[in-house]
Amino acid sequence: MNHPTETADSTVYGPPNAFDQNALKALGDEQLHSALQNLVVTFGERREAAISSVEDWEGLRDEARAIKDETLAHLDRYLKEFANNAERAGARIHWARDGHEVSRIIIRLLRERNAKRVVKSKSMATEEIHLNAALEAAAIETVETDLGEWIIQLAHETPSHIVVPAIHKSKKQIADLFVEKIGIEPTDDVAKLTSAARRVLRQRFAEADAGISGVNFGVAETGTILILENEGNIRLTTSLPKIHIAVMGIEKVIPRFADLDVFLKLLPRSGTGQQLTAYQSLITGTKKRPEDEGPEELHIVLMDNGRSRMLAHPVTRQSLACIRCGACLNACPVYQQIGGHAYGSVYPGPIGAVITPQLIGISKATQLPYASSLCGACREVCPVKIDIPALLLHLRSEIVEGPVGGLSEQRGPVKKKFAEHLAFRLYVFAWSRPMLYEWGARGGRLFQRLVVTQGRIGKVSGLIARIAPPFGAWTAWRDAPPIAPRTFREQWRESSRIK
Amino acid sequence: MRVSLFVTCLVDQLWPSVGTTAVEVLRRAGCEVEFDQRQTCCGQPAFNTGYRNEARALARRFIEIFEESKADAIVSPSGSCTAMVHHFRELFAEDETWRTRAESVAERTHEFASFLINVLGVDDLGASFSGRVTWHDACHGLRDLNLHSEPRRLIRKVRGVEFVELPNADSCCGFGGTFSVKYPEISVAILDNKIESIEKAGVRAVVSGDASCLMQIGGRLSRQSSPVRAMHLAELLASRE
Repeated sequence: MNHPTETADSTVYGPPNAFDQNALKALGDEQLHSALQNLVVTFGERREAAISSVEDWEGLRDEARAIKDETLAHLDRYLKEFANNAERAGARIHWARDGHEVSRIIIRLLRERNAKRVVKSKSMATEEIHLNAALEAAAIETVETDLGEWIIQLAHETPSHIVVPAIHKSKKQIADLFVEKIGIEPTDDVAKLTSAARRVLRQRFAEADAGISGVNFGVAETGTILILENEGNIRLTTSLPKIHIAVMGIEKVIPRFADLDVFLKLLPRSGTGQQLTAYQSLITGTKKRPEDEGPEELHIVLMDNGRSRMLAHPVTRQSLACIRCGACLNACPVYQQIGGHAYGSVYPGPIGAVITPQLIGISKATQLPYASSLCGACREVCPVKIDIPALLLHLRSEIVEGPVGGLSEQRGPVKKKFAEHLAFRLYVFAWSRPMLYEWGARGGRLFQRLVVTQGRIGKVSGLIARIAPPFGAWTAWRDAPPIAPRTFREQWRESSRIK
Repeated sequence: MRVSLFVTCLVDQLWPSVGTTAVEVLRRAGCEVEFDQRQTCCGQPAFNTGYRNEARALARRFIEIFEESKADAIVSPSGSCTAMVHHFRELFAEDETWRTRAESVAERTHEFASFLINVLGVDDLGASFSGRVTWHDACHGLRDLNLHSEPRRLIRKVRGVEFVELPNADSCCGFGGTFSVKYPEISVAILDNKIESIEKAGVRAVVSGDASCLMQIGGRLSRQSSPVRAMHLAELLASRE
């Protein structure tokens, strides 16, 4: 493809509002392209196979969505129930309004206990609030223990996928990174690489004063938290150190223990195409007797960070049903081309384009809702049937027409695109009047006849691209449709006359 | 059966042969076809770009024009524009009168292939076309209107046609309305996956139900001087060769 190419090593991506430039960078990255192709094929096929083992997949999706809707409609009640039951079982509950508050609470807890070394397991909630940077600033040594997360921590990068954070990296890049950072001999043997990682990480586990994890589901009925994984590092993070701190978005609560049955069937199948993950850690409070195993303290930090704003509006509320499986990323034709970093946010892909503007403020992410062809593949694979295209359309209308409902307080002023506004006004004005519509069509065809030669814009292309950028953007890669001598309605009139 | 044709502005201005062939096929299927010349656009470009006020104005106009029609059905050779008519109700979430009017117009509005198969119960239109053809599922037809088997049944009945499936028949062509010009590089990168499999299939024509996808696919095929023709289903069903 003849898009402007960037050098493949230009891996520094800008914030969400630099999406257009980020995307160009990503499109020029050959290595990323082949990694993504692998992901799409492997995860797509595995998912297909895994869901075919469920008798009534559609029914299961409906059931999950109904549970989520019920929970979100009474979120205050279920959170209170969860908090009470977790505390009864020995956990301590902390409420945090935003990311800063989560970091402050965690740093205070660690300092009070003189904990200097922390192991962390993979958690999107802590990525969302950039907890690692806050811990680093507080001189607390933090090590990610999920292999993918550890790799990107060593490389000082951010995750490019919700489930497989280092998917953008090749085996060779990882091997080079290990040679540089942990001093192994050069190798391309995956077993050697993973065992090197294991050696380093086991040591960190043994030394850790505290473990920090995320949460997949919090059961209101019992105060239990459930965390899913494949590597065993979460089991270690949550059981080896004396203190376990779990960061949980308030939308992670579900009413009943039996509801897990539904979500455990959906999440691994949608996320990694597994019938079940290798480990499921169900944690209810702290150890009961001295001879029991496990940490002495369990702290659960319940984090809002913009979620109650999403909850307030009936349209955006369904954003909170997301169980972070990543299936929409794998299915999205846009994500498949550009990967996660181009979105400039920890949540990439279709769900990221929905969540990010709501979390950080729509003015800081005005491009993301438009970063979709609205094909609907995301909605089709979503295990909880989130209507992502509808949410994208809703956010687009908020960008153009201003805030509706509960999101207003987060909004900065969105810069209006005057040319686009004017174009749409004109279009409605003319297209509401058949005469103007016909003249417009005639003018358009005259314009096309003057400037288009065999599908391309000819000599005046520079000027045309400047005065009508969409036209230039089309014809740079695609021929303009051939000029029809007469419109349909002209032909219709003519044939009616003949009769 | 009396049918009012909603031809769509794209077909009217850029691909009129889709309109004329759709009329031909509908007549061959026994329909009496009318065309209200006041019609312009369903407002989808505005709706999809976030301009709901503008979309609402065009939706109201569309509803007023088509509810006057005494035709039994409104038929459109576009899955995407038909889906937009079905979305009208969302524009009138707080206006019950208009919402009801939007719903009753939407109920009468059918996509071309779906109308032939599901309403008229016809799958053989007596068409003939020699050579291998394939089908591209336009996203809104596929995912908003659940069209899948209908166009395939119609194509298979065309004499002389050898139908082959694309491995990625149901994946997006990258058009996406204003997306195609807002992010043209991504749009074309997505498109090229489609083009590659079309070329591999060794077909004479790629058929679809939406002029927008066909402009995207056809524009790229033509830029690459490919002999493969991008063709609307109506054009194929009207073909006699």
